[in-house]
Amino acid sequence: MSTETIDLKSKLIADFRSQEKAVNGEAQSPFYQTRRQALARFEDLGFPTPKNEEWKYSNVRNLVGRDYNFSAPHTLTQEDLNRIAIPNVSGNILCFVNGKYEASLSTIVSPADRITILPMRQALEEKPDEVNAWFGKMADSQQEAFTALNTAFAGDGLYIHVPAGKTVEQPVMLYFITDTRTEDVASQPRNLFVVEERAEVKITESFLTLGEQHSLTNIVSEIHVGKEAHVEYYKVQNEGGTASHIGTTQVVMEDRSHFYSATVSLNGAFIRNNLNIALDGEYCETFMYGLYFPDGKQHIDNHTIADHRKPNSQSNELYKGVLRGKSTGVFNGKIFVRQDAQKTNAFQSCKNVVLSPEATMNTKPQLEIFADDVKCSHGTTTGQLDKEALFYLRSRGISKPEALSLLMFAFCEDVISQIRIEPIREYLEGIITQKLA
Amino acid sequence: MLKINDLHASIDGKKILNGINLEVKAGEVHAIMGPNGSGKSTLASVLAGREDYEVTNGEVVFEGEELLELAPEERAAKGIFLAFQYPVEIPGVTTINFLKTAVNEIRKYNGEAPLDAAQFLKMVREKAKLVKMNDSLLKRALNEGFSGGEKKRNEIFQMAVLEPKLSILDETDSGLDIDALRIVAEGVNTLRSPDKSTIVVTHYQRLLDYIVPDYVHVLYKGRIVKSGTKELALELEEKGYDWIKAEVEAAHA
Repeated sequence: MSTETIDLKSKLIADFRSQEKAVNGEAQSPFYQTRRQALARFEDLGFPTPKNEEWKYSNVRNLVGRDYNFSAPHTLTQEDLNRIAIPNVSGNILCFVNGKYEASLSTIVSPADRITILPMRQALEEKPDEVNAWFGKMADSQQEAFTALNTAFAGDGLYIHVPAGKTVEQPVMLYFITDTRTEDVASQPRNLFVVEERAEVKITESFLTLGEQHSLTNIVSEIHVGKEAHVEYYKVQNEGGTASHIGTTQVVMEDRSHFYSATVSLNGAFIRNNLNIALDGEYCETFMYGLYFPDGKQHIDNHTIADHRKPNSQSNELYKGVLRGKSTGVFNGKIFVRQDAQKTNAFQSCKNVVLSPEATMNTKPQLEIFADDVKCSHGTTTGQLDKEALFYLRSRGISKPEALSLLMFAFCEDVISQIRIEPIREYLEGIITQKLA
Repeated sequence: MLKINDLHASIDGKKILNGINLEVKAGEVHAIMGPNGSGKSTLASVLAGREDYEVTNGEVVFEGEELLELAPEERAAKGIFLAFQYPVEIPGVTTINFLKTAVNEIRKYNGEAPLDAAQFLKMVREKAKLVKMNDSLLKRALNEGFSGGEKKRNEIFQMAVLEPKLSILDETDSGLDIDALRIVAEGVNTLRSPDKSTIVVTHYQRLLDYIVPDYVHVLYKGRIVKSGTKELALELEEKGYDWIKAEVEAAHA
């Protein structure tokens, strides 16, 4: 394994400049302008270091010192996909391999009048005005270097549009598969999901790897939740031990909308999830569930923001972690209640079980409240397993390993049971059972 | 069935048991009484295998086998059951799933095939009826949100399902009103049989009105200082523990 480090920042900036020469008429498009501005921001910001408060416990130095192929070919077949995919998932399947859309591995079943599903490049050609109305308007490329970088190289990813009043019955499943069987691979998918007034849709992003070489995924999803719209959003991470993931999901909610999410991170070398929800309307309701289960030297970091901008909305958050081996976990949960956001209800809870003396969990709830008539609560716990509960089970004849896995499964099930798509729930329960065996 | 010889135990370096001797034969009910802090619950915990306690001397022989070397789950598999003073709430684990795991782990330990779902459910329903346990509690998370009485009844129900040879009831009467107490005691009495033994640990005599013991022992400062029949319990009820303390102090003076 090569340990030579390279200057990834300079390489990427050089790549952008050389690609720029090939850009002709497109150069004046709003899309390209947004990309170019983002590149300039990335150039100023550079990759974050632990001196940056938001990256204090998550050092990306090793991930960004590697010479990845950003447009790596792959040899993934339908058989490979079947082998690693979540069993029994039906509906719309959209498959990306090494960041590129694979039409041959994808299926769209929902009627076109209910939902538009297009690879981003095609959407830019066919519906540039629709895309440009939202692209880059929600996610923050000003302060977030990885978001700026993703924006600068936007082009691959998925565009979803659900028109007003339409309910999409069949779930939408996005697979992001990294095929690292021959080389180090990086990808930067950029998704845009626009859900109009009173529309309903369920979207899952699932991340899987094949192969033993290193990979880096830097993904950004922007989600617009229109008035009275209902969106369920799941993120499932079960990657290889050499896969790194930086992901930002930026949600903007309008009046009386619902956004329901669960982020489950079971495997991966380095994971950083940013889930930022702007409650930009009145009477919005959002749920944020999370479960992380690192082992070995894995590192899993969840940063969440519930930004209450308007009155009368509610956010509910429950994140849980099980840490083993020498793993590290980070939870940073921000709740902002702006001055206008009276009658806000915001609840946050983060519970962790550290099963090994060498594992570490860093938690930081962060509440900034500028309104006076609000109900907010937060709590974090980090501890060992309840010894009394363990003895109780053992005193009934249940062996120590079995008692441990019963208790840990119950701990995880609290979050898993919130997932409303049965095959995904069963898949996750299966992996957790395996991990506990 | 059970023979305790000169048992000494301590917790965090503090000596609690100072030489317990006790023999329990099949079919017998023994009551262990004593003032607060005399070591009653410690004795129950040591027998069940709670790891916080360190046994510094003595032995416990159960059915001809040295008990203290066994893990709590092995003791359970060999037929020892502790009804907890404070049953633990375990969110996320249903009572029924917990019991199925327990029953089949014990069967596995004893070289028996696991019960299938139908056999298990049939057995559990019968036992629930026996101790008047409401079926709806079975589907709920173990003890979570149960009332004090429901928790204690759940302990007796588990006892009925696991069919132990030796049951140790640790202050099962604490926190129960008289009606709940009667229901719990009825459950215990229903399960009594000539080949099963019971140790009832209690501070008060009132439980013994319902579960009538063959022998009563008084524990004080970590030793059994007086043994007798059920009449001894009545005497303690009437006179309190002070006269026993005085007797012990006089003997040492």
